[in-house]
Amino acid sequence: MAKPYYDASDLRKFGKITEWSEELGNKFFDYYGKVFEEGALTAREKSLIALAVAHTEQCPYCIDAYTKDGLERGITKEQMMEAIHVGAAIKSGATLVHGVQML
Amino acid sequence: MATKSLLARNNDLANTARQMEILSSGIFADGELPTFANKLKETHQFPLQPKKLEILQINLGYMCNQVCAHCHVDAGPDRKEIMTLETMQQCLEVIKNTGAHTLDLTGGAPEMNPNFKEFVEAAAKAGIKDFIVRSNLTIIRANKKYYELPKFFKKHNIHVVSSMPHWTRGKTDKQRGDGVFDKSIKALQMLNEVGYGREGSDLKLDLVYNPSGAFLPGDQMALENDFKKALKTDFNIDFHNLFAITNLPISRFLDYLIASENYEDYMFSLVDAYNPTAVANVMCTNTISVSWDGYLYDCDFNQMLNLKVASKVQHIGDYNEALLQDRNIIINQHCYGCTAGAGSSCQGVVA
Repeated sequence: MAKPYYDASDLRKFGKITEWSEELGNKFFDYYGKVFEEGALTAREKSLIALAVAHTEQCPYCIDAYTKDGLERGITKEQMMEAIHVGAAIKSGATLVHGVQML
Repeated sequence: MATKSLLARNNDLANTARQMEILSSGIFADGELPTFANKLKETHQFPLQPKKLEILQINLGYMCNQVCAHCHVDAGPDRKEIMTLETMQQCLEVIKNTGAHTLDLTGGAPEMNPNFKEFVEAAAKAGIKDFIVRSNLTIIRANKKYYELPKFFKKHNIHVVSSMPHWTRGKTDKQRGDGVFDKSIKALQMLNEVGYGREGSDLKLDLVYNPSGAFLPGDQMALENDFKKALKTDFNIDFHNLFAITNLPISRFLDYLIASENYEDYMFSLVDAYNPTAVANVMCTNTISVSWDGYLYDCDFNQMLNLKVASKVQHIGDYNEALLQDRNIIINQHCYGCTAGAGSSCQGVVA
């Protein structure tokens, strides 16, 4: 039987990380919740940033979570794709700009 | 996209017993998720019982000019279940004596019932002041005979509640069918023209948003703002409020969830988002649903699952409000759809 490192249903257990270190776990989730609240940036803008970073980090859990979050907020496919292109542009730009060391 | 109902396609899920079996087995049978009854017991809200009756919701028939992907009614052009004049007469008798203040007409496309206008006029005469018609919008553009509907709605001061899953063409047509967006926009403009939805207008025009996929609706207020901004900028359309409604895992939406392998995840998100505060105001506590053939249900969803009220009175012909109000509401796992997050009802969020 296959034992994949990533299982989509594991995402639901994320909250349980507090079980092995309650204080740090709770501090993290408090911080996390606060970060995504409406602020100088809208919750919608933050969701798109999170989606782009989820892709550059290549975290399947985060991609799952922020695809759903974007859809729930009525963000369109076009907007979501543009966001990940921003992430991709920085990634590729970061690679290419190192070309200056080669030159 | 399918153009026929599950029933016409002989789909397994057209059988309500099969739907009930799915909702009661698997993750709910092996205890991975609590049943809705057990969840209610945790917060001492079981059994669920009605409060004061406010809304009589009458389903005038399952026929519809659209075949939406998520439809809990499994409505479509091929559905022939239409309320007869005789059943309408029985409803009118009840309307004369009910304590309910609102008459909520739904379908299918309620306007497709050949006696729709006569029924509204008779109900107005019988004393109903607060009318809701759940219009799919495109019906207004479907045939010349329906072009006058906005004026008819206005004449009887009908509160129009219309489905609109998104402010973009792509997302709307994917859920509701090709061309639905353009026709809906035109219909909304016609409603605006006769005075519906304008700021300060008594002619109420509300929109219903429901997600076009296996996810829950976002914040109702934020979505309303996005809808208002986009519809105003792009099409000069005004409306009053947006109701964000959660898709319940029954009928065509259940079929989609299973086919796309999203069923379990969706049920987990509904259960995770369970909100006991929403339970206190779910619509089955203030509404009675009447089917096209006159049977009584706790809500439109129970109607589609063929779960009649748990009462001696099960038909509009034998209607007795006092007896009916003294009943336990029939619940099952689909009810998690109405208690997730800010809750969901035909009037939008409840908590």
